[in-house]
Amino acid sequence: MKVAQSELWIGRALLLTLMAFTILPFISIFMTALHPSGTVPSGLDWPPDPQWINFVTAFKMAEMPKLLASSIFIVLSVVPATLVISTMAGFAIGLLRIPGSRVLLFLFVFGLTLPFQGIIIPIYFLERAIGIYNTRFAIALPLIALYMPFAVFWMRAHFVNMPSELSEAARVDGATSWDLFWQIQVPLARAPIASLGILTSIWTWNQFLLCLVLVENPTQRTMAGGLGAFQGHYANNVPLLCAGTILILVPTLIVFILFQRQIITALLQGAFKG
Amino acid sequence: MTSDNHPVAPALSRWNIRRESIVGWLFILPALLMYAFFVLVPFLFTILYSFFRWNGVGPMTWVGVKNYISVLQVPNLVGTIFNAFWLVVWFSFIPVGLGLIVASVIYRVATGRFGAVARTVLFLPQVIALVAAGIIWGWLLALPGLINQMLSAIGLDALTRAWLGDFNWALPSVGMVGIWVLLGFCIVLLQTGMGKIDPSFYESARLDGASWFQEFLAITVPLLRHEIGVCLTVTVIAALAAFDIIWVTTAGGPGNATSVPGIQIYILAFTQRSIGLASALAVMLMALVVIVILPIQWLTRESAQ
Repeated sequence: MKVAQSELWIGRALLLTLMAFTILPFISIFMTALHPSGTVPSGLDWPPDPQWINFVTAFKMAEMPKLLASSIFIVLSVVPATLVISTMAGFAIGLLRIPGSRVLLFLFVFGLTLPFQGIIIPIYFLERAIGIYNTRFAIALPLIALYMPFAVFWMRAHFVNMPSELSEAARVDGATSWDLFWQIQVPLARAPIASLGILTSIWTWNQFLLCLVLVENPTQRTMAGGLGAFQGHYANNVPLLCAGTILILVPTLIVFILFQRQIITALLQGAFKG
Repeated sequence: MTSDNHPVAPALSRWNIRRESIVGWLFILPALLMYAFFVLVPFLFTILYSFFRWNGVGPMTWVGVKNYISVLQVPNLVGTIFNAFWLVVWFSFIPVGLGLIVASVIYRVATGRFGAVARTVLFLPQVIALVAAGIIWGWLLALPGLINQMLSAIGLDALTRAWLGDFNWALPSVGMVGIWVLLGFCIVLLQTGMGKIDPSFYESARLDGASWFQEFLAITVPLLRHEIGVCLTVTVIAALAAFDIIWVTTAGGPGNATSVPGIQIYILAFTQRSIGLASALAVMLMALVVIVILPIQWLTRESAQ
Protein backbone atom coordinates (compact mmCIF):
# COMPACT_ATOMS: atom_id res chain seq x y z
CA MET A 1 0.00 0.00 0.00
CA LYS A 2 1.34 3.37 -0.98
CA VAL A 3 1.92 5.83 1.82
CA ALA A 4 1.86 9.54 1.12
CA GLN A 5 5.18 11.30 1.75
CA SER A 6 3.64 13.77 4.18
CA GLU A 7 2.04 10.98 6.18
CA LEU A 8 5.38 9.21 6.37
CA TRP A 9 7.11 12.26 7.82
CA ILE A 10 4.34 13.06 10.29
CA GLY A 11 4.45 9.47 11.49
CA ARG A 12 8.21 9.47 11.86
CA ALA A 13 8.23 12.79 13.69
CA LEU A 14 5.54 11.58 16.09
CA LEU A 15 7.41 8.38 16.75
CA LEU A 16 10.69 10.19 17.41
CA THR A 17 8.94 12.60 19.81
CA LEU A 18 7.50 9.69 21.75
CA MET A 19 10.86 7.94 21.87
CA ALA A 20 12.41 11.13 23.24
CA PHE A 21 9.63 11.36 25.85
CA THR A 22 10.47 7.80 26.92
CA ILE A 23 14.25 8.18 26.94
CA LEU A 24 14.74 11.71 28.34
CA PRO A 25 13.93 10.75 31.96
CA PHE A 26 16.71 8.15 31.87
CA ILE A 27 19.18 10.68 30.46
CA SER A 28 18.16 13.19 33.12
CA ILE A 29 18.83 10.84 36.04
CA PHE A 30 22.08 9.70 34.45
CA MET A 31 23.40 13.27 34.19
CA THR A 32 22.15 14.06 37.68
CA ALA A 33 23.92 11.00 39.06
CA LEU A 34 27.27 12.44 37.90
CA HIS A 35 26.97 15.65 39.93
CA PRO A 36 28.78 15.99 43.27
CA SER A 37 27.00 14.10 46.01
CA GLY A 38 24.71 16.29 48.11
CA THR A 39 24.31 19.08 45.55
CA VAL A 40 21.03 19.94 43.85
CA PRO A 41 21.71 20.18 40.10
CA SER A 42 19.12 21.04 37.46
CA GLY A 43 17.29 18.47 35.39
CA LEU A 44 19.45 18.20 32.29
CA ASP A 45 22.96 19.46 32.85
CA TRP A 46 26.24 17.68 32.09
CA PRO A 47 28.55 18.34 35.06
CA PRO A 48 31.95 19.96 34.41
CA ASP A 49 33.55 17.31 36.60
CA PRO A 50 31.62 14.01 36.35
CA GLN A 51 31.61 12.17 39.66
CA TRP A 52 31.72 8.52 38.58
CA ILE A 53 32.55 7.72 42.20
CA ASN A 54 28.85 8.23 43.02
CA PHE A 55 28.11 4.85 41.49
CA VAL A 56 30.68 3.23 43.75
CA THR A 57 29.28 5.01 46.80
CA ALA A 58 25.70 4.04 45.95
CA PHE A 59 26.85 0.48 45.26
CA LYS A 60 28.24 0.26 48.79
CA MET A 61 25.41 2.11 50.51
CA ALA A 62 22.64 0.12 48.87
CA GLU A 63 24.58 -3.07 49.72
CA MET A 64 24.18 -4.11 46.11
CA PRO A 65 25.86 -7.55 46.32
CA LYS A 66 23.52 -8.58 49.16
CA LEU A 67 20.52 -7.09 47.39
CA LEU A 68 21.36 -8.86 44.13
CA ALA A 69 21.86 -12.17 45.91
CA SER A 70 18.58 -11.71 47.76
CA SER A 71 16.67 -10.90 44.57
CA ILE A 72 18.15 -13.86 42.74
CA PHE A 73 17.34 -16.13 45.67
CA ILE A 74 13.71 -14.96 45.67
CA VAL A 75 13.35 -15.29 41.89
CA LEU A 76 14.84 -18.80 42.02
CA SER A 77 12.46 -19.80 44.81
CA VAL A 78 9.42 -18.39 43.04
CA VAL A 79 9.79 -19.03 39.32
CA PRO A 80 10.64 -22.76 39.05
CA ALA A 81 8.00 -23.67 41.65
CA THR A 82 5.41 -21.52 39.88
CA LEU A 83 6.21 -23.11 36.51
CA VAL A 84 6.03 -26.70 37.78
CA ILE A 85 2.83 -26.51 39.79
CA SER A 86 0.93 -24.29 37.35
CA THR A 87 1.91 -26.45 34.36
CA MET A 88 0.68 -29.54 36.22
CA ALA A 89 -2.60 -27.86 37.12
CA GLY A 90 -3.05 -26.37 33.65
CA PHE A 91 -2.46 -29.81 32.12
CA ALA A 92 -5.00 -31.47 34.38
CA ILE A 93 -7.70 -28.82 33.88
CA GLY A 94 -7.05 -28.55 30.15
CA LEU A 95 -6.55 -32.16 29.12
CA LEU A 96 -7.76 -34.64 31.72
CA ARG A 97 -11.43 -35.38 32.33
CA ILE A 98 -12.04 -34.31 35.87
CA PRO A 99 -15.36 -33.74 37.59
CA GLY A 100 -15.52 -30.17 38.84
CA SER A 101 -12.85 -28.79 36.54
CA ARG A 102 -15.12 -25.92 35.48
CA VAL A 103 -15.58 -24.87 39.09
CA LEU A 104 -11.83 -25.09 39.60
CA LEU A 105 -11.14 -22.96 36.56
CA PHE A 106 -13.63 -20.39 37.79
CA LEU A 107 -11.94 -20.39 41.19
CA PHE A 108 -8.60 -19.55 39.59
CA VAL A 109 -10.07 -16.99 37.15
CA PHE A 110 -11.67 -15.23 40.13
CA GLY A 111 -8.17 -14.39 41.35
CA LEU A 112 -7.13 -12.71 38.09
CA THR A 113 -8.36 -9.25 38.98
CA LEU A 114 -7.59 -9.45 42.70
CA PRO A 115 -5.36 -6.52 43.72
CA PHE A 116 -2.55 -7.55 46.09
CA GLN A 117 -3.62 -4.83 48.55
CA GLY A 118 -6.92 -6.66 48.98
CA ILE A 119 -5.36 -9.59 50.79
CA ILE A 120 -2.09 -8.20 52.14
CA ILE A 121 -3.44 -7.64 55.68
CA PRO A 122 -4.40 -11.28 56.40
CA ILE A 123 -1.17 -12.44 54.72
CA TYR A 124 0.76 -10.32 57.21
CA PHE A 125 -1.01 -11.90 60.21
CA LEU A 126 -0.82 -15.38 58.67
CA GLU A 127 2.93 -15.10 58.21
CA ARG A 128 3.46 -13.86 61.74
CA ALA A 129 1.46 -16.86 62.97
CA ILE A 130 3.41 -19.45 60.99
CA GLY A 131 6.76 -17.77 61.64
CA ILE A 132 7.95 -16.87 58.16
CA TYR A 133 7.43 -13.10 58.59
CA ASN A 134 10.64 -11.16 57.92
CA THR A 135 12.30 -13.95 55.92
CA ARG A 136 12.70 -14.19 52.15
CA PHE A 137 10.00 -16.85 52.14
CA ALA A 138 7.60 -14.20 53.41
CA ILE A 139 7.84 -12.73 49.90
CA ALA A 140 8.37 -15.90 47.89
CA LEU A 141 5.52 -18.12 49.12
CA PRO A 142 2.64 -15.64 48.71
CA LEU A 143 4.04 -14.62 45.33
CA ILE A 144 3.85 -18.20 44.04
CA ALA A 145 0.24 -18.31 45.21
CA LEU A 146 -0.60 -14.88 43.78
CA TYR A 147 0.71 -15.95 40.36
CA MET A 148 -1.47 -19.07 40.32
CA PRO A 149 -4.60 -17.56 38.72
CA PHE A 150 -2.64 -16.15 35.81
CA ALA A 151 -0.19 -19.05 35.49
CA VAL A 152 -2.81 -21.81 35.61
CA PHE A 153 -5.05 -19.91 33.20
CA TRP A 154 -2.09 -19.36 30.86
CA MET A 155 -1.00 -23.01 30.85
CA ARG A 156 -4.56 -24.30 30.51
CA ALA A 157 -4.99 -22.12 27.41
CA HIS A 158 -2.05 -23.96 25.88
CA PHE A 159 -3.12 -27.49 26.84
CA VAL A 160 -6.74 -27.03 25.86
CA ASN A 161 -5.58 -26.49 22.27
CA MET A 162 -3.45 -29.62 22.13
CA PRO A 163 -5.03 -32.29 19.87
CA SER A 164 -6.57 -35.08 21.92
CA GLU A 165 -5.22 -37.67 19.45
CA LEU A 166 -1.80 -37.15 20.98
CA SER A 167 -2.94 -38.17 24.44
CA GLU A 168 -5.02 -41.04 23.12
CA ALA A 169 -2.15 -42.45 21.08
CA ALA A 170 0.07 -42.35 24.15
CA ARG A 171 -2.62 -44.11 26.21
CA VAL A 172 -2.83 -46.89 23.68
CA ASP A 173 0.88 -47.38 24.16
CA GLY A 174 0.17 -47.81 27.85
CA ALA A 175 1.50 -44.45 29.07
CA THR A 176 0.26 -43.23 32.45
CA SER A 177 -0.88 -39.64 32.98
CA TRP A 178 2.46 -38.98 34.63
CA ASP A 179 4.44 -40.23 31.56
CA LEU A 180 2.08 -38.42 29.23
CA PHE A 181 2.70 -35.21 31.14
CA TRP A 182 6.49 -35.27 31.49
CA GLN A 183 7.49 -37.06 28.29
CA ILE A 184 5.01 -35.73 25.76
CA GLN A 185 3.16 -32.63 26.93
CA VAL A 186 5.86 -30.72 28.80
CA PRO A 187 8.39 -30.84 25.92
CA LEU A 188 5.65 -29.56 23.60
CA ALA A 189 4.77 -26.76 26.02
CA ARG A 190 8.27 -25.30 26.19
CA ALA A 191 7.29 -22.03 24.50
CA PRO A 192 4.42 -21.03 26.83
CA ILE A 193 6.42 -22.23 29.85
CA ALA A 194 9.36 -20.04 28.80
CA SER A 195 7.09 -16.99 28.35
CA LEU A 196 5.54 -17.62 31.74
CA GLY A 197 9.03 -17.87 33.22
CA ILE A 198 9.98 -14.49 31.73
CA LEU A 199 6.81 -12.82 33.01
CA THR A 200 7.00 -14.18 36.55
CA SER A 201 10.72 -13.33 36.79
CA ILE A 202 10.08 -9.69 35.86
CA TRP A 203 7.09 -9.40 38.19
CA THR A 204 9.05 -10.92 41.07
CA TRP A 205 12.12 -8.73 40.51
CA ASN A 206 9.91 -5.63 40.51
CA GLN A 207 7.67 -6.59 43.43
CA PHE A 208 7.41 -3.82 46.00
CA LEU A 209 4.29 -3.99 48.20
CA LEU A 210 4.98 -7.47 49.59
CA CYS A 211 8.57 -6.44 50.39
CA LEU A 212 7.44 -3.28 52.14
CA VAL A 213 4.88 -5.03 54.34
CA LEU A 214 6.43 -8.42 54.97
CA VAL A 215 10.21 -7.88 55.27
CA GLU A 216 11.78 -5.14 57.36
CA ASN A 217 15.42 -5.68 56.38
CA PRO A 218 16.02 -4.22 52.87
CA THR A 219 18.78 -6.71 52.06
CA GLN A 220 16.26 -9.55 52.42
CA ARG A 221 14.02 -8.04 49.76
CA THR A 222 13.90 -7.89 45.98
CA MET A 223 15.64 -5.14 44.00
CA ALA A 224 12.53 -2.96 43.88
CA GLY A 225 12.00 -3.36 47.63
CA GLY A 226 15.63 -2.47 48.29
CA LEU A 227 15.32 0.61 46.09
CA GLY A 228 12.31 1.76 48.08
CA ALA A 229 14.36 1.61 51.28
CA PHE A 230 17.32 3.34 49.62
CA GLN A 231 15.00 6.19 48.61
CA GLY A 232 13.86 6.49 52.21
CA HIS A 233 17.45 7.10 53.35
CA TYR A 234 18.80 9.26 50.52
CA ALA A 235 15.72 11.20 49.41
CA ASN A 236 17.60 14.47 49.96
CA ASN A 237 20.80 13.47 48.19
CA VAL A 238 19.55 13.59 44.62
CA PRO A 239 22.77 12.62 42.78
CA LEU A 240 23.26 9.59 45.00
CA LEU A 241 19.60 8.58 44.72
CA CYS A 242 19.85 8.77 40.93
CA ALA A 243 23.05 6.73 40.94
CA GLY A 244 21.41 4.08 43.13
CA THR A 245 18.35 3.97 40.89
CA ILE A 246 20.52 3.46 37.81
CA LEU A 247 22.46 0.65 39.50
CA ILE A 248 19.22 -1.08 40.38
CA LEU A 249 17.92 -0.65 36.82
CA VAL A 250 21.04 -2.04 35.15
CA PRO A 251 20.28 -5.77 35.58
CA THR A 252 16.72 -5.26 34.27
CA LEU A 253 17.97 -3.25 31.30
CA ILE A 254 20.62 -5.82 30.37
CA VAL A 255 18.10 -8.66 30.46
CA PHE A 256 15.57 -6.59 28.51
CA ILE A 257 18.05 -5.72 25.76
CA LEU A 258 19.22 -9.34 25.47
CA PHE A 259 15.73 -10.86 25.37
CA GLN A 260 13.71 -7.91 24.09
CA ARG A 261 11.72 -9.81 21.49
CA GLN A 262 10.76 -12.62 23.87
CA ILE A 263 9.94 -10.21 26.68
CA ILE A 264 7.75 -7.93 24.55
CA THR A 265 5.92 -10.90 23.06
CA ALA A 266 5.43 -12.48 26.46
CA LEU A 267 4.12 -9.26 28.02
CA LEU A 268 1.71 -8.63 25.12
CA GLN A 269 0.40 -12.20 25.20
CA GLY A 270 0.22 -11.99 28.96
CA ALA A 271 -2.03 -8.95 28.68
CA PHE A 272 -4.40 -10.80 26.37
CA LYS A 273 -4.68 -13.79 28.66
CA GLY A 274 -5.03 -11.70 31.79
CA MET B 1 -10.07 -40.18 14.91
CA THR B 2 -12.74 -40.50 17.56
CA SER B 3 -12.57 -42.75 20.52
CA ASP B 4 -15.98 -44.33 19.87
CA ASN B 5 -14.92 -46.85 17.28
CA HIS B 6 -11.28 -47.23 18.06
CA PRO B 7 -9.24 -49.58 20.23
CA VAL B 8 -8.81 -46.66 22.64
CA ALA B 9 -12.31 -47.33 23.83
CA PRO B 10 -11.21 -49.58 26.70
CA ALA B 11 -9.14 -46.65 27.96
CA LEU B 12 -12.41 -44.93 28.67
CA SER B 13 -13.83 -47.62 30.90
CA ARG B 14 -15.38 -46.47 34.12
CA TRP B 15 -12.36 -47.52 36.17
CA ASN B 16 -10.04 -45.54 33.92
CA ILE B 17 -12.19 -42.47 34.07
CA ARG B 18 -12.23 -42.62 37.82
CA ARG B 19 -8.47 -43.15 37.88
CA GLU B 20 -7.94 -40.24 35.53
CA SER B 21 -9.96 -37.95 37.75
CA ILE B 22 -8.02 -38.98 40.84
CA VAL B 23 -4.72 -38.49 39.07
CA GLY B 24 -6.02 -35.19 37.72
CA TRP B 25 -6.81 -33.91 41.18
CA LEU B 26 -3.33 -34.90 42.32
CA PHE B 27 -1.90 -32.81 39.48
CA ILE B 28 -3.98 -29.82 40.55
CA LEU B 29 -3.41 -30.23 44.28
CA PRO B 30 -0.08 -28.35 44.73
CA ALA B 31 -1.33 -25.29 42.83
CA LEU B 32 -4.70 -25.39 44.57
CA LEU B 33 -3.20 -25.73 48.06
CA MET B 34 -0.82 -22.80 47.57
CA TYR B 35 -3.59 -20.70 46.08
CA ALA B 36 -6.06 -21.60 48.81
CA PHE B 37 -3.60 -21.01 51.64
CA PHE B 38 -2.13 -17.68 50.53
CA VAL B 39 -4.95 -16.18 48.46
CA LEU B 40 -8.41 -17.65 49.08
CA VAL B 41 -8.11 -17.90 52.85
CA PRO B 42 -6.65 -14.38 53.20
CA PHE B 43 -9.44 -13.14 50.92
CA LEU B 44 -12.06 -14.57 53.31
CA PHE B 45 -10.17 -13.13 56.28
CA THR B 46 -10.16 -9.66 54.74
CA ILE B 47 -13.95 -9.89 54.58
CA LEU B 48 -14.08 -11.21 58.15
CA TYR B 49 -11.80 -8.50 59.57
CA SER B 50 -13.89 -5.83 57.87
CA PHE B 51 -16.75 -6.47 60.35
CA PHE B 52 -14.58 -5.96 63.44
CA ARG B 53 -12.77 -3.19 65.21
CA TRP B 54 -9.26 -4.50 65.87
CA ASN B 55 -5.81 -3.03 66.45
CA GLY B 56 -3.98 -6.21 65.42
CA VAL B 57 -3.06 -7.44 68.90
CA GLY B 58 -5.92 -6.85 71.37
CA PRO B 59 -9.39 -8.38 71.35
CA MET B 60 -11.59 -8.04 68.26
CA THR B 61 -14.90 -6.20 68.63
CA TRP B 62 -17.80 -6.98 66.29
CA VAL B 63 -19.06 -3.73 64.74
CA GLY B 64 -21.20 -5.00 61.85
CA VAL B 65 -21.12 -2.77 58.80
CA LYS B 66 -19.87 0.25 60.72
CA ASN B 67 -16.47 0.14 59.01
CA TYR B 68 -18.14 0.29 55.61
CA ILE B 69 -20.24 3.25 56.69
CA SER B 70 -17.09 4.99 57.90
CA VAL B 71 -15.35 4.37 54.58
CA LEU B 72 -18.28 5.97 52.77
CA GLN B 73 -18.62 8.90 55.20
CA VAL B 74 -15.13 9.94 56.23
CA PRO B 75 -13.93 12.37 53.54
CA ASN B 76 -10.34 11.09 53.69
CA LEU B 77 -11.49 7.56 52.96
CA VAL B 78 -14.23 8.05 50.41
CA GLY B 79 -11.91 10.59 48.79
CA THR B 80 -9.47 7.79 47.95
CA ILE B 81 -12.13 6.20 45.77
CA PHE B 82 -12.75 9.47 43.92
CA ASN B 83 -9.01 9.86 43.46
CA ALA B 84 -8.80 6.32 42.07
CA PHE B 85 -11.40 7.20 39.44
CA TRP B 86 -9.56 10.41 38.63
CA LEU B 87 -6.44 8.35 38.16
CA VAL B 88 -8.29 6.17 35.62
CA VAL B 89 -8.45 9.22 33.34
CA TRP B 90 -4.66 9.54 33.44
CA PHE B 91 -3.60 5.91 33.61
CA SER B 92 -6.23 4.57 31.26
CA PHE B 93 -8.19 6.98 29.05
CA ILE B 94 -5.22 9.06 27.95
CA PRO B 95 -2.81 6.17 27.22
CA VAL B 96 -5.51 4.18 25.40
CA GLY B 97 -6.95 7.16 23.49
CA LEU B 98 -3.58 8.63 22.60
CA GLY B 99 -2.24 5.15 21.93
CA LEU B 100 -4.99 4.52 19.37
CA ILE B 101 -4.29 7.75 17.53
CA VAL B 102 -0.54 7.26 17.59
CA ALA B 103 -0.75 3.61 16.57
CA SER B 104 -2.91 4.46 13.59
CA VAL B 105 -0.55 7.24 12.48
CA ILE B 106 2.67 5.30 12.88
CA TYR B 107 1.82 1.75 11.99
CA ARG B 108 2.77 2.17 8.35
CA VAL B 109 5.93 4.04 9.34
CA ALA B 110 7.19 1.83 12.12
CA THR B 111 8.54 -0.95 9.94
CA GLY B 112 11.92 -2.57 9.53
CA ARG B 113 14.79 -1.69 11.79
CA PHE B 114 13.41 1.70 12.83
CA GLY B 115 10.14 0.05 13.84
CA ALA B 116 11.93 -2.58 15.91
CA VAL B 117 14.02 0.00 17.76
CA ALA B 118 10.94 2.17 18.36
CA ARG B 119 9.07 -0.81 19.78
CA THR B 120 11.89 -1.61 22.17
CA VAL B 121 12.27 1.98 23.34
CA LEU B 122 8.55 2.56 23.84
CA PHE B 123 8.26 -0.68 25.77
CA LEU B 124 11.11 0.11 28.16
CA PRO B 125 9.03 1.75 30.96
CA GLN B 126 6.84 -1.35 31.08
CA VAL B 127 9.76 -3.55 32.11
CA ILE B 128 11.37 -1.49 34.87
CA ALA B 129 10.09 -1.54 38.44
CA LEU B 130 7.28 0.96 39.11
CA VAL B 131 9.27 2.08 42.15
CA ALA B 132 12.11 3.12 39.85
CA ALA B 133 9.68 4.91 37.54
CA GLY B 134 8.34 6.76 40.58
CA ILE B 135 11.77 7.80 41.79
CA ILE B 136 12.83 8.97 38.31
CA TRP B 137 9.70 11.09 37.93
CA GLY B 138 9.91 12.33 41.49
CA TRP B 139 13.13 14.01 40.40
CA LEU B 140 11.84 15.18 36.99
CA LEU B 141 8.85 16.86 38.64
CA ALA B 142 10.86 18.46 41.44
CA LEU B 143 11.45 22.21 41.55
CA PRO B 144 14.89 22.09 39.86
CA GLY B 145 13.88 19.09 37.71
CA LEU B 146 13.69 18.62 33.99
CA ILE B 147 10.02 19.55 33.56
CA ASN B 148 10.46 23.00 35.07
CA GLN B 149 13.75 23.44 33.24
CA MET B 150 11.99 22.80 29.94
CA LEU B 151 9.11 25.12 30.80
CA SER B 152 11.58 27.89 31.61
CA ALA B 153 13.45 27.24 28.39
CA ILE B 154 10.32 27.99 26.34
CA GLY B 155 9.47 31.05 28.41
CA LEU B 156 6.80 29.57 30.64
CA ASP B 157 8.47 30.38 33.94
CA ALA B 158 5.08 31.31 35.35
CA LEU B 159 3.99 27.69 35.21
CA THR B 160 6.94 26.20 37.06
CA ARG B 161 6.21 24.76 40.48
CA ALA B 162 6.97 21.79 42.74
CA TRP B 163 4.47 19.64 40.89
CA LEU B 164 4.13 16.83 43.40
CA GLY B 165 3.72 19.22 46.33
CA ASP B 166 0.95 21.25 44.72
CA PHE B 167 -2.59 20.42 45.89
CA ASN B 168 -4.10 20.91 42.43
CA TRP B 169 -1.30 19.45 40.35
CA ALA B 170 -0.11 16.49 42.40
CA LEU B 171 -2.70 14.06 41.03
CA PRO B 172 -2.20 14.97 37.36
CA SER B 173 1.56 14.80 37.98
CA VAL B 174 1.30 11.29 39.35
CA GLY B 175 -0.97 10.57 36.38
CA MET B 176 1.85 11.73 34.13
CA VAL B 177 4.04 8.93 35.51
CA GLY B 178 1.24 6.50 34.66
CA ILE B 179 1.12 7.83 31.11
CA TRP B 180 4.86 7.37 30.78
CA VAL B 181 4.66 3.78 32.00
CA LEU B 182 1.55 2.71 30.09
CA LEU B 183 1.48 4.69 26.82
CA GLY B 184 4.24 2.68 25.11
CA PHE B 185 2.62 -0.57 26.14
CA CYS B 186 -0.73 0.52 24.67
CA ILE B 187 0.86 1.74 21.43
CA VAL B 188 2.79 -1.48 20.87
CA LEU B 189 -0.22 -3.64 21.71
CA LEU B 190 -2.60 -1.67 19.49
CA GLN B 191 -0.07 -1.48 16.68
CA THR B 192 0.34 -5.25 16.76
CA GLY B 193 -3.43 -5.52 16.49
CA MET B 194 -3.49 -3.16 13.51
CA GLY B 195 -0.97 -5.36 11.76
CA LYS B 196 -3.64 -8.05 11.65
CA ILE B 197 -6.25 -5.84 9.94
CA ASP B 198 -6.64 -6.66 6.25
CA PRO B 199 -5.02 -3.73 4.35
CA SER B 200 -7.75 -3.95 1.69
CA PHE B 201 -10.17 -2.32 4.15
CA TYR B 202 -7.99 0.77 4.12
CA GLU B 203 -7.40 0.55 0.35
CA SER B 204 -11.10 0.67 -0.40
CA ALA B 205 -11.70 3.39 2.17
CA ARG B 206 -9.05 5.50 0.43
CA LEU B 207 -10.61 4.86 -2.96
CA ASP B 208 -13.89 6.09 -1.54
CA GLY B 209 -12.07 9.24 -0.48
CA ALA B 210 -12.26 8.64 3.26
CA SER B 211 -10.24 10.99 5.43
CA TRP B 212 -7.81 9.73 8.06
CA PHE B 213 -10.39 10.47 10.74
CA GLN B 214 -13.22 8.63 8.96
CA GLU B 215 -10.90 5.67 8.45
CA PHE B 216 -10.02 5.79 12.12
CA LEU B 217 -13.66 5.74 13.27
CA ALA B 218 -15.01 3.31 10.68
CA ILE B 219 -12.20 0.75 10.48
CA THR B 220 -9.51 1.05 13.11
CA VAL B 221 -11.57 1.45 16.27
CA PRO B 222 -14.21 -1.24 15.58
CA LEU B 223 -11.70 -3.81 14.36
CA LEU B 224 -9.42 -3.20 17.32
CA ARG B 225 -12.25 -3.63 19.79
CA HIS B 226 -10.67 -6.62 21.47
CA GLU B 227 -7.22 -4.97 21.73
CA ILE B 228 -8.81 -1.82 23.14
CA GLY B 229 -10.54 -3.97 25.73
CA VAL B 230 -7.25 -5.52 26.74
CA CYS B 231 -5.56 -2.12 27.06
CA LEU B 232 -8.46 -0.74 29.09
CA THR B 233 -8.48 -3.75 31.42
CA VAL B 234 -4.75 -3.61 32.11
CA THR B 235 -4.63 0.17 32.58
CA VAL B 236 -7.82 0.45 34.67
CA ILE B 237 -6.51 -2.17 37.09
CA ALA B 238 -3.19 -0.28 37.19
CA ALA B 239 -5.09 2.89 38.13
CA LEU B 240 -7.54 1.52 40.69
CA ALA B 241 -4.93 -0.66 42.40
CA ALA B 242 -2.08 1.91 42.12
CA PHE B 243 0.42 1.79 44.93
CA ASP B 244 4.14 1.73 44.05
CA ILE B 245 4.30 4.92 41.98
CA ILE B 246 2.28 6.95 44.46
CA TRP B 247 4.05 5.58 47.51
CA VAL B 248 7.48 6.70 46.31
CA THR B 249 6.43 10.01 44.78
CA THR B 250 3.91 11.53 47.20
CA ALA B 251 2.87 8.79 49.68
CA GLY B 252 -0.67 10.12 49.19
CA GLY B 253 0.08 13.77 49.82
CA PRO B 254 0.04 16.71 49.88
CA GLY B 255 -2.80 16.31 52.37
CA ASN B 256 -4.82 13.54 50.76
CA ALA B 257 -4.52 14.93 47.24
CA THR B 258 -3.11 11.72 45.76
CA SER B 259 -4.32 9.23 48.34
CA VAL B 260 -5.81 6.15 46.64
CA PRO B 261 -7.30 3.02 48.26
CA GLY B 262 -4.01 1.07 48.05
CA ILE B 263 -2.11 3.76 49.94
CA GLN B 264 -4.83 4.28 52.52
CA ILE B 265 -5.15 0.53 53.18
CA TYR B 266 -1.43 0.41 53.92
CA ILE B 267 -1.50 3.46 56.19
CA LEU B 268 -4.63 2.36 58.07
CA ALA B 269 -3.42 -1.19 58.61
CA PHE B 270 0.30 -0.82 59.18
CA THR B 271 0.79 2.60 60.70
CA GLN B 272 -2.56 3.41 62.33
CA ARG B 273 -3.39 -0.20 63.24
CA SER B 274 -7.05 0.09 62.24
CA ILE B 275 -7.27 -3.39 60.78
CA GLY B 276 -11.05 -3.45 60.45
CA LEU B 277 -11.32 -0.14 58.65
CA ALA B 278 -8.41 -1.02 56.33
CA SER B 279 -10.08 -4.35 55.54
CA ALA B 280 -13.39 -2.70 54.72
CA LEU B 281 -11.59 -0.40 52.29
CA ALA B 282 -9.77 -3.44 50.83
CA VAL B 283 -13.07 -5.25 50.26
CA MET B 284 -14.48 -2.18 48.55
CA LEU B 285 -11.39 -1.88 46.36
CA MET B 286 -11.69 -5.51 45.26
CA ALA B 287 -15.39 -5.07 44.51
CA LEU B 288 -14.70 -1.85 42.64
CA VAL B 289 -12.15 -3.52 40.35
CA VAL B 290 -14.59 -6.29 39.46
CA ILE B 291 -17.48 -3.88 38.91
CA VAL B 292 -15.43 -1.76 36.53
CA ILE B 293 -13.65 -4.59 34.70
CA LEU B 294 -16.63 -6.86 33.99
CA PRO B 295 -18.48 -4.45 31.65
CA ILE B 296 -15.23 -3.71 29.79
CA GLN B 297 -14.64 -7.42 29.27
CA TRP B 298 -18.26 -7.96 28.28
CA LEU B 299 -18.39 -5.09 25.79
CA THR B 300 -15.11 -5.80 24.06
CA ARG B 301 -15.11 -9.58 23.97
CA GLU B 302 -14.52 -11.04 20.54
CA SER B 303 -17.67 -12.65 19.18
CA ALA B 304 -15.62 -15.72 18.25
CA GLN B 305 -14.89 -16.58 21.85
